[in-house]
Amino acid sequence: MNAESVAESAAARYSVAGDEFLFVELSESMTLEAFFRSISITGRLRERALPGVLEICPANASYQVRIDPQQISVSQLQAELEDIDAEVSSQSVQRLTTRVVEVPVLYNDPWTHETLMRFRDRHQDPSGTDLEYAARINGYADVEAFIEAHSGSPWFVSMVGFVAGLPFMYQMVPRERQIQVPKYLRPRTDTPKQTVGYGGCFSCIYSVRGAGGYQMFGVTPMPIYDPTGSVPHIDDSMIYFRPGDIVKHCPINREEYDTLLAAAEAGRFRPRTAEFVFDLDDFTADPDSVANRVKEVLNEH
Amino acid sequence: MSIEVIKPGLATTVQDGGRSGHYHLGIPPSGAMDQVSMRSANLLLGNPETAAVLECALMGPELRFHDTLRVATGGAEMVPKIDGVACPNHEVIEVPAGSVLSFDFVRAGARLYLAVEGGFDVPERLGSRSTYALGSLGGLDGRPLQPGDRLKVVSAERCADAGRSLPESLRPVYHKQYELRVVPGIYDHRLTPAARERFYDELWSVGSEADRIGYRFKGGTPLEFIEREPPFGAGDDPSNIVDACYPIGSIQVPSGSEPIVLHRDAVSGGGYAMIGTVISADMDLIGQIQPHQKVRFVPVSLDQALEARGQRSRRLEALRQALG
Repeated sequence: MNAESVAESAAARYSVAGDEFLFVELSESMTLEAFFRSISITGRLRERALPGVLEICPANASYQVRIDPQQISVSQLQAELEDIDAEVSSQSVQRLTTRVVEVPVLYNDPWTHETLMRFRDRHQDPSGTDLEYAARINGYADVEAFIEAHSGSPWFVSMVGFVAGLPFMYQMVPRERQIQVPKYLRPRTDTPKQTVGYGGCFSCIYSVRGAGGYQMFGVTPMPIYDPTGSVPHIDDSMIYFRPGDIVKHCPINREEYDTLLAAAEAGRFRPRTAEFVFDLDDFTADPDSVANRVKEVLNEH
Repeated sequence: MSIEVIKPGLATTVQDGGRSGHYHLGIPPSGAMDQVSMRSANLLLGNPETAAVLECALMGPELRFHDTLRVATGGAEMVPKIDGVACPNHEVIEVPAGSVLSFDFVRAGARLYLAVEGGFDVPERLGSRSTYALGSLGGLDGRPLQPGDRLKVVSAERCADAGRSLPESLRPVYHKQYELRVVPGIYDHRLTPAARERFYDELWSVGSEADRIGYRFKGGTPLEFIEREPPFGAGDDPSNIVDACYPIGSIQVPSGSEPIVLHRDAVSGGGYAMIGTVISADMDLIGQIQPHQKVRFVPVSLDQALEARGQRSRRLEALRQALG
């Protein structure tokens, strides 16, 4: 890790949240290092299996732990976490064994288009589409070039939540190349299920239909949430994504979308995945070669 | 054994003790908002304490019983009626086969819990029968009741006799104004000192958007956040943070205007700064506050929160002693 991220490591901020939660902020701003630290600490805390630790929730640049205060006090938990944090920070190798998942996306689809037109009065640029707006403010020549950037790089699932199973994804490129798009001025009351959305520096996939404030770029035919337990590629947790997954979006056309959706509805859809070992130092030194390896492992499978 | 839904009421859902261990994937605890009242109704009837009940918000359902079944209510005061004849709250009553159970308007409190002998029988999902409507999970098809629904009932091993009633001293008492105790923290350093003080001084009123996800409060002066250069990924509004987890009971104030307290169907995370957390002992009470009623937030220490938690446990223990 570079000097800047080490300086940030020192600044974990612990805050009690009522009598059942400890909230820990690792960084005020989003960084890959903060996310990596969050997932490392929460992973080790889970391994320690402390009595009274009920829920461990990693987030983008922070995490949260729910306790039964009769079994473990907040100060005992904090001491434990400080110990784990020191252990994580002293590791010379920062590695994560994870999986790469290919997510097929029909960009510029008719359903999000219909929805975004319905809520145009809540958008920064009522005269265009969400994709046109995002392309323009990020300096891309046109929507095609923007889609190429969104689907060209890999993304880390940095948090799962808001609603059941929704992945927040952080773009694995140097900061100067990261896409940033503000949320809608006022949230919509509707978003199609499995919409690929964007807000701030995060891409997401809406797991259920409902309200939302992220820009809408497309839809995926891939089921990611399974409340009835009928989707073969989703286990008993009902949720497909886990923090730490690496996602690669793959643009598809309408015909491919229809085929994949029919397969999903018939219970025949299987996502393309591959095992992957992510090394933070390798990535910091040469992000593009890590991005290329992500593409390669998918092609090998 | 079945019960038919003639009218569903305003927002009636199947709830129990809720589910734990799935919040990191965005699945909130759900379960009865007022756990004490739900447990009281079950205990009264001789059910397992967290058997599935109907949580009936503000306006109760109309139900036709196809079998003779005993029921008991807890929580809000909504007079139950069998074929139009009023019956007492907090008492085991027998509904004859073919009769219709309905409810009068709510006199006090906001949520009535209807327990039936054995408990309502819907499939367990992730260890609970509770409805999480935002995620279409649990309960009856993952949603509030609708006209024409059929509710099944678990066959009871034992059931209290009709006429058994909850001792007066253990019944809830409702008011028109409440205090909610809050442990300040998380991101409250982002508020100006004046705004932080004012939040606890002013009287807030419950907005009409008060549901299982969260309660929104209106009527106070907007809260100012300290100006800053937005951190990367946080968003431009001073109330924004890099998306993080939201504790149950946490208070967020989008754009500084209207505080929202998240409850048991909480969105599990998002990008608004939280300025404190309602203590666990006061979460039951929130479920009984009606829209337009007034609330003052009272700052307390962690020790005070833990003491209140102990008091709540003792109250539950007293219910078990009296009814077990």
